[in-house]
Amino acid sequence: MATPQLDNDLAAVGAGLDALDAPSQEQRPSLGRRFVRTALPPLIAFALLLGVWQALWAAAFWPEYQLPSPASVWAAVAEAVETGRAFDVLWTSVHRAVLGFLTAVLIATPLGLLIAKVRVVRAAIGSLLTGLQSLPSVAWVPAGILWFGATPSTIYFVVLMGSVPSIANGLVSGVDQIPPLLPRVGQALGAGRLAAARHILLPAALPGYLAGLKQGWAFSWRSLMAAEIIATSPQLGEGLGQYLHNGSSLNDISMVIAAIFLILLVGIGIELLVFRPLERAVLRARGLSGAL
Amino acid sequence: MTATLESAVPSSVDAAVTLSAVRKTFGHGPNAVTALDGVDLRVAPGEFVCLLGASGCGKSTLLNLVAGLDAPTSGSIALTTSRPAVMFQEAALMPWLTAARNVELPLRLAGVKRGARREKAGELLELVRLSEAGHKRPHELSGGMRQRVALARALASTLGSAEEGTPGLLLMDEPFAALDAITRDVLQAELVRVWRETGTAIVFVTHDVREAVRLGQRVVLLSSRPGRVVREWSTVDGDEPALVQDITSRLREVISGHAAA
Repeated sequence: MATPQLDNDLAAVGAGLDALDAPSQEQRPSLGRRFVRTALPPLIAFALLLGVWQALWAAAFWPEYQLPSPASVWAAVAEAVETGRAFDVLWTSVHRAVLGFLTAVLIATPLGLLIAKVRVVRAAIGSLLTGLQSLPSVAWVPAGILWFGATPSTIYFVVLMGSVPSIANGLVSGVDQIPPLLPRVGQALGAGRLAAARHILLPAALPGYLAGLKQGWAFSWRSLMAAEIIATSPQLGEGLGQYLHNGSSLNDISMVIAAIFLILLVGIGIELLVFRPLERAVLRARGLSGAL
Repeated sequence: MTATLESAVPSSVDAAVTLSAVRKTFGHGPNAVTALDGVDLRVAPGEFVCLLGASGCGKSTLLNLVAGLDAPTSGSIALTTSRPAVMFQEAALMPWLTAARNVELPLRLAGVKRGARREKAGELLELVRLSEAGHKRPHELSGGMRQRVALARALASTLGSAEEGTPGLLLMDEPFAALDAITRDVLQAELVRVWRETGTAIVFVTHDVREAVRLGQRVVLLSSRPGRVVREWSTVDGDEPALVQDITSRLREVISGHAAA
């Protein structure tokens, strides 16, 4: 029989083992060090790029109407910001992209779950969805204009066709990569079908789902730009794509480069402000921090 | 669950689980494989039974049947306990939940209120001596600690889902097989202590004769393909080395019987 003395010995041995075997906690580097490691390299790369650009322009390698100086592009951006045009343009595009993206999430999430869990559905439309992912969504613009005219509906249609497959596919691969033991454990713990989806399937698939969301956002932003550049009409208002299109019509290369710069800026900004922190939090909580 | 209480068998009253003539066949026709054939087994409430057998003796199948994860082809399984809990070779903790939340998970699935859930999970973590580690994630724990969290979670699912007083049943499928020898030794002792403190009946599947003799009050030897009960030994009053020897030689006989076939 276990005496209190034996029991205490056991507790001490167990505590010793725990202390020896538990993985050591990683120290987070200081703020200054993290800045040097993560923020400095892209800043230096950007500065180098600017330098090369400036040098090429100063060497007059290409004519001015093809390669503007960094200063004139900056002037175009500054002018757009001063007149408030930049904000109008950005707002028009970003709110379209966000609305389109959120709608895509609402459509793609149940669709992805259905494809992942129902065999017939996967056999029927699984490969179609993967195929759609590789179809450039610009291809939908002419059809959209014929169906909906040059209206916002066309733009949203193109954005959805671009992002829904990515998000749904991300969720499908997230579900496919769940270790099979976890759903079994869920069943053994007494989870019904719905409870299993809510407490085990969805959280377990979250990293894959998040990757799908990220790609879905990139696709919806891209598709939006494509749609805005091609489908221009007064009733659509001026988004970033139209702004770029106008610059091209006016033969104003500074404006064109400024527009491309703004498009990139939004893409990078959303990635850094929304997706990177989300992804990092999710992966770190699971001990999968890796390169992040 | 597949709890089919049979009033015709009076002995089932003082049994946690009763298996009578359980048979399980996978597949149909000529390709059918019989995993279990005519297995009779009774586990008393609070009893610690070790199932011993070589590969292919249907140990895992047997546990799945008792857990209700699968249904027998014929025969019946009667449970008088609350929902049986299962522990696997891997801890299989949910990597996105902390240790405490993992223990709470079965209570949450059973619809227990948050406050009661927290309290129960705290008690169980205390029982497996991990009260300090409740806030940690599985990847921050050692293999032995993870397996103890899994034990606490299994206890939560069998003790927490039922009203007070119903005996629990813990099914363990080689839970310590993947651990190093020192950790295994400590965890075996911890399991015996937890078993004494909770009064849960345990069905423990293992390949290891010594482990079976050390832990179980009763050791049941199963044959392979199909799985049948070969013999039982009581470990309560016996000299351990002799018993290990006896069981090992019988196990070898059973295994070498397959070479001829």
